[in-house]
Amino acid sequence: MADDFRIKVIDRRDFVLGAGAAALLAAHVAAAPDAHAVTGSAEFETVLADLLKGAAPRSGGINMDLPASIENGDYVPVALGVESPMTAESYVKAIHLLSPANPRALVASFKFTPLSGRARVTTVMRLAKTQEVVAVAELSDGTFLMATHNVDVKVGGCGT
Amino acid sequence: MKKPPRIKIPDGVKPGDIIEIKTLATHVMETGNRKDAAGNKIPRDIIHTFTATFEGRAVFSGAIGSGIAANPYFAFFLKVPGPGTLDFTWIDDEGETTVEKVPLVVA
Repeated sequence: MADDFRIKVIDRRDFVLGAGAAALLAAHVAAAPDAHAVTGSAEFETVLADLLKGAAPRSGGINMDLPASIENGDYVPVALGVESPMTAESYVKAIHLLSPANPRALVASFKFTPLSGRARVTTVMRLAKTQEVVAVAELSDGTFLMATHNVDVKVGGCGT
Repeated sequence: MKKPPRIKIPDGVKPGDIIEIKTLATHVMETGNRKDAAGNKIPRDIIHTFTATFEGRAVFSGAIGSGIAANPYFAFFLKVPGPGTLDFTWIDDEGETTVEKVPLVVA
């Protein structure tokens, strides 16, 4: 009888601990989207939601080569890349480049195929002011990656 | 485009190589957000689409917004299937389409 009681106590304790862990996990999962939270325009939020189609992106996994600070926002070199075998079974379909504080949030959407061989693009963008540049990658399995990179802009891109 | 785009493809390419192709177009990329001296809005005029195909197969493309800098530069990769022709296309807001065809010489 006493043993039964003890077992029950342990079970209950385990249950409480387990519930606590589950609650923490749930809180963590709920908080996860906040990890991606970028202060941006309402248009940025709409554009991002349209790109993700309700999916929750994994954080990171995109190489963002941008300067940490730049004098002239008219001319900001940027390279975006994702490690991928780039086979018909597994490839990067698209990398989207977003600027949450520009007049237009979607800078460009670049599309790749297995024929690309490598999911990497280099271009030059405009930045109206200091902001977290955002990259979203769309993989062939339907999942998404998202990464950010802050760029301090001394003089904003004119009329971006 | 007033001046033809510049396209750079490496030499000595072999089948299976993953090569970087660099393109540079000449275009004002007017954002549509600026005003002239009289306060009138300057209409948007940007290259909104860039595509690169190999023998008609998609290699790389860009749906471009006004946040891409003037004289748009795009560098990307191709896994060389063999000899063939690369087609590059730029389309701007005024409907001007610039097409460049470049033979890919494969060793």
